[in-house]
Amino acid sequence: MGDTVRVVEARSREYVLVEPGPQLPDRVRDELATAFTVDEDRHAARLRRMWLDTFDWRLYRAGLTLQHVSTPGAPRTKEPGELVLTGTGGQRLTAPIQRTRWPVLPGALPPGPLRDRIAAVAGLRALLPVVSVVSQVREVRLCNADDKTIARLWLDGMSFPGPGHAPIPARLAVSEVRGYAAQARRARRILTAAGLAPSRQGPLDAALGAVGRRPGDYTGKVDVTLRPDMPGADAVRAILLQQLDNLEANVDGVLRDADTEFLHDLRIAVRRTRSGLKLLGDVLPGELTLRFASEFRWLGDMTTPLRDLDVHLLSVPPMAAQLVAVDPADLEPFLAYLGRRRTAERRKLGRALRSARFAATVGDWRKALLVPHDARRHGDRRPPAGPAAGELAADRTTRAHARVIKLGSVITGSSPPESLHTLRKRCKEMRYVLEFFASLHDPPVYRAVLGDLKRLQDCLGDFQDSQVQREEIQSLAAAMLAQQAAPAATLLAMGELAAQLGTRQGHARAEFAERFAGFAGPAGRRRMVALTTLNRA
Amino acid sequence: MHEPGERMRVIATYNIKGGVGKTTAAVNLAYLAAQDGLRTLLWDLDPQAAATYMFRVRPRVKGGGKALISGTRSLDDAIKGTDFDRLDILPGDFTYRNMDLQLDGARHRARRLSRLLGPLTGEYDVVILDCPPSVSLVSENVLHAAGLVLVPIIPATLSLRTLDQLTGFVADFDGPRPEVLAFLSMVDRRKRIHREIAGQLPLERPDIAAAAIPALAVIERMAVERAPVSVFAPRSPAARCYRDLWEEVRKRAWG
Repeated sequence: MGDTVRVVEARSREYVLVEPGPQLPDRVRDELATAFTVDEDRHAARLRRMWLDTFDWRLYRAGLTLQHVSTPGAPRTKEPGELVLTGTGGQRLTAPIQRTRWPVLPGALPPGPLRDRIAAVAGLRALLPVVSVVSQVREVRLCNADDKTIARLWLDGMSFPGPGHAPIPARLAVSEVRGYAAQARRARRILTAAGLAPSRQGPLDAALGAVGRRPGDYTGKVDVTLRPDMPGADAVRAILLQQLDNLEANVDGVLRDADTEFLHDLRIAVRRTRSGLKLLGDVLPGELTLRFASEFRWLGDMTTPLRDLDVHLLSVPPMAAQLVAVDPADLEPFLAYLGRRRTAERRKLGRALRSARFAATVGDWRKALLVPHDARRHGDRRPPAGPAAGELAADRTTRAHARVIKLGSVITGSSPPESLHTLRKRCKEMRYVLEFFASLHDPPVYRAVLGDLKRLQDCLGDFQDSQVQREEIQSLAAAMLAQQAAPAATLLAMGELAAQLGTRQGHARAEFAERFAGFAGPAGRRRMVALTTLNRA
Repeated sequence: MHEPGERMRVIATYNIKGGVGKTTAAVNLAYLAAQDGLRTLLWDLDPQAAATYMFRVRPRVKGGGKALISGTRSLDDAIKGTDFDRLDILPGDFTYRNMDLQLDGARHRARRLSRLLGPLTGEYDVVILDCPPSVSLVSENVLHAAGLVLVPIIPATLSLRTLDQLTGFVADFDGPRPEVLAFLSMVDRRKRIHREIAGQLPLERPDIAAAAIPALAVIERMAVERAPVSVFAPRSPAARCYRDLWEEVRKRAWG
């Protein structure tokens, strides 16, 4: 691929041509010929370019672009292809890659700087194909009187493999030859004068645009834009619709088991929906809340066993590295046991997600969220009943905050663990309410309140997760023992894991009072007042 | 072959005599190094600037050799891209004829070039110095800067004597000494003496490469085509010989 890959890394401004295909338009060639000898390569190199990213666009958001470049039709063993990672600053890392069935986790990429860079950004997320094109790349040399190349143009005609796709305008990039910057500038001036417009889009944006997508079109975060004066019911529908979109967007990844975060995001969408129904459902028709609260509870419950096993499988290896009295290898039977349990639980969840009940739940929920909204817009002209979005946000945020303060204030050193667990649930509810209405809040005040809450949540999360995991390890040990799947060394290692978790829980408990004081103290309350007052106004 | 982060190699083509195939070797080896994936810089130190001409680059450095030697202009600033991937050239300039004087006035006069090349580490995997024919402060600088000195020799007894003189000179260096590798150049197969020397010498002396460059018209055509042999006559015997020579140089320089 050699030279042709360079077009992938062109750092210069790119121009979009209206003509499809990698040919230099006659008028452009004529204009360039007034200043240079134009030598257009007769042959266009063909390469397949597949862009890859995590489902939630972590590479894109970090300013990175990853492509799998290969020669279409070439025997893959002969020319396996190349991964090309480019940064916005022009940095470029490459690695040869053998035939790969995407998605893959970053750890499965060929070792080297490219894998390290990707792993640092993608974390637990798998790399999935985002969009694939076939590029026809043609080099045009701009030469001086000595026939020396003093600038290069790269024509890149991208098209989608197979029929029935919208054409993508060809792209033209100017690349400098070292020591000849002035000549490249001159070429750009000529191109601009010939009517070519510098493109604001990179090739990935252009390819995605042609299939009606845009980079970053999925986020696991709450992403709705509300107005304070809009009817509260409409705001709630918009919030819940985005959660439904997210829930459905993650189903395929859960079924394919691409990575653990699909299930994590799906569960968050379910939890947010349940919290939305509980805390804001009164502005929707009553029967909706009643029916769907139980259905989403069912769905949430279906996902819990698999997620718990994922958490174990993710957290055990780093904990194993800290074992002192036993050998980390003693945990192998435990991990194998977790793996077998996971396979079984994945099958169960798969059946639930393919069931008629699931299809009816999400289908009916979407209809319920959409239909009344449209009916009122087209028919009923009366102003909607109920509070406006700003008022609703202030009211529910204040209430959620008050519940946290009330519960937290009575927790002492001798309170049972359940009191901290209950407080954690209320904190999550407050977090969701804050996030639902984030677009209505003053950003700096919102970030400050969220920060206070997050610090408290982290402590409560450590406390409860440690306890739950410890209890789970104990019950898993009992189950393994019953199945004669637990050598003594493994049980001892599991015991040490449980002890580590006990220590962590103890630390979290010791920190609680200080964290809660930070949240509930005068400064925290002032920030809350500022947040809700603005919305009421 | 090349791992990122490896140190930059400096290879010089040098002979006291002119017209023995130094520049053609430098041009072809630089091209082959770049083709092998190495980021390559060719510094044409010869005021005649023949290597520069062969890459179609204007033989001029702003401020001349004086600016480069004094450091008022960095090497980086003067480098030009050639028509080939990964191959850049630091052009020759007629003012290089005075480089001896400029070096004489500089600090660390015998190691000035070596110091000037320092900042290019990381940017290039290999620098090839095409040295003018002379015994001078410039050539002493080149010998100090290089890790490997390639000496083209015409198959003749006197050439060997000159090679031995050079090897002796280098052996007296304080500190690091470059490896000297000679190769037979302009070998004329029609001459019995050339055939005999080319057949025997590489077997007898480890400091003479097995690969030899024949006297062929296609090499002379480089000045007309203004390109390395492998570009305009890739299947020619001359291109094969330069490839063989490059393989040996690569083994010597990279192990």
